[in-house]
This record gives sequence, structure tokens and C-alpha cells, in this order.
Amino acid sequence: MSNKAQVLVIDDEPQIRKLLEITLESNGYEVSLAATAKEGIIIAANHPPDAIILDLGLPDESGHEVLIKLREWYINPVIILSVQSNEDDIVKALDNGANDYLVKPFRTGELLARIRSSLRIKISEENNPLITCGEMEFNLSARIVKKNNIIIKLTATEYTLISLMVKNEGKVLTHQYLLREVWGPGYINQSQYLRVFIAQLRKKIENDANHPEYIITESGVGYRFVCKE
Amino acid sequence: MILHFVNNKISKPKQYVFSMLLVLLASAICYVLSSIIDYKVVAFILLVIVSVLAVCFDILPVLLAATISALIWDFFFIPPRFTLHVGTTGDSILLLMYFIIALVNAVLTYKIRQVEKIANEKEQKANTVKLYNTLLNSLSHELRTPIAAIMGATDNLQNNNSNLTPQNRYDLVNEISKASFRLNQQVDNLLNMSRLESGFMQPKNDWCDIQEIIYSVIKRIEENDISQKITVNINPAIPLFKLDKGMLEQIIYNLLNNAVLYTGQNCRIEVIAICYTDLLQIIIEDNGKGFPEEEISNVFDKFYRLKNSKAGGTGLGLSIAKGFAEAMNGSIALENIPTGGARFTIAIPAEVSYLKNFKNE
Repeated sequence: MSNKAQVLVIDDEPQIRKLLEITLESNGYEVSLAATAKEGIIIAANHPPDAIILDLGLPDESGHEVLIKLREWYINPVIILSVQSNEDDIVKALDNGANDYLVKPFRTGELLARIRSSLRIKISEENNPLITCGEMEFNLSARIVKKNNIIIKLTATEYTLISLMVKNEGKVLTHQYLLREVWGPGYINQSQYLRVFIAQLRKKIENDANHPEYIITESGVGYRFVCKE
Repeated sequence: MILHFVNNKISKPKQYVFSMLLVLLASAICYVLSSIIDYKVVAFILLVIVSVLAVCFDILPVLLAATISALIWDFFFIPPRFTLHVGTTGDSILLLMYFIIALVNAVLTYKIRQVEKIANEKEQKANTVKLYNTLLNSLSHELRTPIAAIMGATDNLQNNNSNLTPQNRYDLVNEISKASFRLNQQVDNLLNMSRLESGFMQPKNDWCDIQEIIYSVIKRIEENDISQKITVNINPAIPLFKLDKGMLEQIIYNLLNNAVLYTGQNCRIEVIAICYTDLLQIIIEDNGKGFPEEEISNVFDKFYRLKNSKAGGTGLGLSIAKGFAEAMNGSIALENIPTGGARFTIAIPAEVSYLKNFKNE
């Protein structure tokens, strides 16, 4: 067995399969391909891959159904591909247990970054209290955030929000998820709180709050904390 | 067109009631005045009423009015009065003629209206066909140009590989990349256009940070290595607005993209956002050449392109911006700045939240 990470691609379009195969293989992944939902589930069950790239628009079954079936037993990352930027579809898939998403047409760099961060989250699941990220340092046990070694003063809510995002570094977190986790289930429609606190955090953390590099907005879906590499 | 409109405005039962009332009213007035006007004049007055009804109403209420008015005329006015009996042969002929003229009136007007309706439908169909033709012309050019670039570049890379310098290869790949970006943009334009054309576009309103939206659109625009300088002027205390973020982004993107495409090198583009009570105003102005005054009223029309405008662009960008603004109950206006350049003013009514300016916790 090689130690390359294995990625299963489930997509009915031969061109996309070919493109993903070349891109992933040339970047050190082992790739298996499936053209239908049925085929994909069989391959995933026989040789559980380290990550799955799943197209939402499959001919025999909706990608949402496949995702739900996979999530009954499959715990590794699933990244979904969606053709149109249909945000509701994406949010639904994320709620159903997808780890991340890509909208066709996507850039290769984006694809690789998503796979890398999904696989990294899987590895660093065990609690690591100290996370450094460029000029930022997060000490999750002491609840301290530093930028260039200077402590940044955060309110309790700001800290809860940023620590949640940092723990899921690279992964998109939906508005509803953030509102529920930070403010509670009664607040999932109060998106103005999220807007305000994200703006506050950007002022404190980013070098230029108008050109954020850490806290990235995923339009219509949520936010993503990104570590500059 | 007018006939059609009036006809559709009043419901059928009302048409019956209304035509009956009008005939009765006219007869009553004539009856009161019967001492001073001749019964033959009454016939003409009633005929006028029936003709007017024929212009406005459907055929059945008019036929009813014609019949009733003939009977009324016979009973109340033709001597001997208060009988249906007609005294002289002349009066019999008059009554018959009255009845025929009234009926012909009703039927003819109805026929004219039907012909008009068919003509209208034909015109509408012709307009649709014209729209499709413009669309297809524009499409075949706008989609084929990038496709030609991609096919040409890939052919070169596949067949002519040994003669290409590394710089050539790099340039060809670059052309493919540019072409695919352009194709993607055109597809977005078309999808947006068809969303607008479908007529049921509902804005999905949510709280928006205007500053964030404007900066993120500018970032997307600046990714294409533009030569112009874009500056932003927003009061940091601007409240959150509840509106459709995707639509607003698209409006700003289309206007900025337009400014970038059609202003010269090193021009300055400024984006200003102002909050009035429950109204968001965004101004995008440049110091380029501005628009020819006589064409300003047309620039938001679908597929309209300025005379002598350079290649690229479908003539859809500004009409989509306008359509989206209107879908949010807002508006877009264009004017030339006296000192040179164009100014687009977007105004969108929206709920605001000043939560942003409270000290948190």
C-alpha cells in the first residue's frame, strides 16, 4: 500500500473526471473514478478513500441522497461539486455532512486547497491547544489570541466565534452553524449579529479589514478562516 | 389597443348592467323631453348610445342594448305610443332600419376589435422574434470569439508544438484562460437575463455589510489587471442594510466592469455609498469620456450598444443592473458629469440596522 492519500471522484461528466484525475494525480493523490451514484457508493464501500469529491448532479441519484447514504458510515471528508452557484443547495449539502464545496467552474488552486484542508482537519482532530497561523497565534487552552506576539483584546463572543473558526481552519462554516454555535438555536435567523461581529473581528485581526486575508466571506453560504501558507 | 384595454377593464356582468343603465337613462331623458324633440331624433340619440357601447363593450351586452333600445323606442316613442304597434309603414321601415343599423354597428366593431387583437399578437410575436435574433447574433459573436480563441490556441499547442517558443506557449495558454473567463462571464450574463425575463425574481433579503460587498466586488474586478484606479468613499458608520446581496453585488460588478471596459488607461473610478433614511444610495463615477447625451436614454436597453463602441460586451450588463435594481424596488440613473465622465446613481430602499455601531457586550 502506498502512503498517498486516496481520493474518490464521483462525477458523470467525463471531462471533469479526466481533469480531476490529472490534477490530483500530478499533485500526489491516488485517484479512483466513478460515473454514477451507484458505482461511487460501491467503490467507497469496498475501498474507503481518504476523501470523496461528489458531484451534486448525478444521473441516477441526486448527490444529496448519495451524501446522506455515505454519511451513515463514511466519516472521512466529502467535498461537493455544484454546477450553478446555488447557495441553498450548497448550504443543504453542508448541513447534510459535506465538509466543503466547490462551484464549477473552479480553479485548480482552489480544488487543491479544499482537499488539503479537509484532510488536515481529519488529522488534527485530536485537540491541539496551540495553533499558529502566519502572524497570528491562538492558544485555545489559555483563551489567548496574539498577533505578532501582542495580545489582542477580544470580547467573550468575539473569542468564541474566532476560536470556532480557527478550530475549523480552511473549512467553510455556514451562517446558521455559526449563529447556532455562538449565540444559540434561537438566533439562527439573526444574521446581523454575525455581520457585526465578523466586521469587529476583522478590524482587530486583519491588517486591512477591507481586504481580509484570514476571515474570508463565502457569499451566501458562510465564512472560512484561512491560514496563509 | 385602447379598445382592448377598456374591454378588459370592466367585467362581463358589469358590462350588461352598465349598457342597460345607459340605454334606460338616455330613454328617460328623451321621454321627459319628448314634447320638444321628435321621436325620429330619439332614434338617432339611442343609436349613438349603442355605437358608443359597441366601441367599449363585448358583443353580447351591445346586442342586448340594441334590442332593448329598439323595443323602448317602439313602445314609448313611435306613435301610437305605449303600444308595440307601429302606426305607419314609414315608421315600420324606420324601426327595422334602426334595428339593423344597431346590430351591424355591434357586429362590425366586434370584428374590428378581433382583427386588432390578431394584429397585436402578430406584432408581439415579431418583437419576440426580433429579440431572439438580436440575442442569437450577439451570442454567436460573443460566445464564438472566445471559443475560436480556445480552439486556435489548443490546435497550436497540439500540432505545432516543436515550433513554439516557451513564450508562445505561455501566451497561448494565457489566451485560453482569458477566453474561458470571458465565456463564463457571458453565461452568467445570459442566466441573469433569463432570470429577469422570467418575471418572477424575488429578492432574497438578508443583512448586508455594504462596505464588505463593495470591497469584495472591487477585488474581483482588480483581479483582471485593470489600468484604472478605483477608490472607495464610505462612512465607516454606515448601517447594515437588509437586501439581496447577490443582486447588489451583480449591479456593482456590472457597473464597475462597464467603467473599466470603456474608460481609458489611468482613469479614476470612484465608488460612493451613502445611507439616507431607509435608502441606500451608491454612486459609481469615472473621469472618462462619459456617454453621448443623445444615447443616455438608451444605454439601459437590452442589447443596446453605443454607436462606435469597441468590441467586447453584449449590451446586457447595464440592462441586467437596471433589472436587478428594479427587482429590489430601486432605480439606476445615468448622467454625465460636467467636468467629464459618467455618473451612475443606484438607489435602493431597504431596512437598516445600526446594531453595528453599538459597542458590543
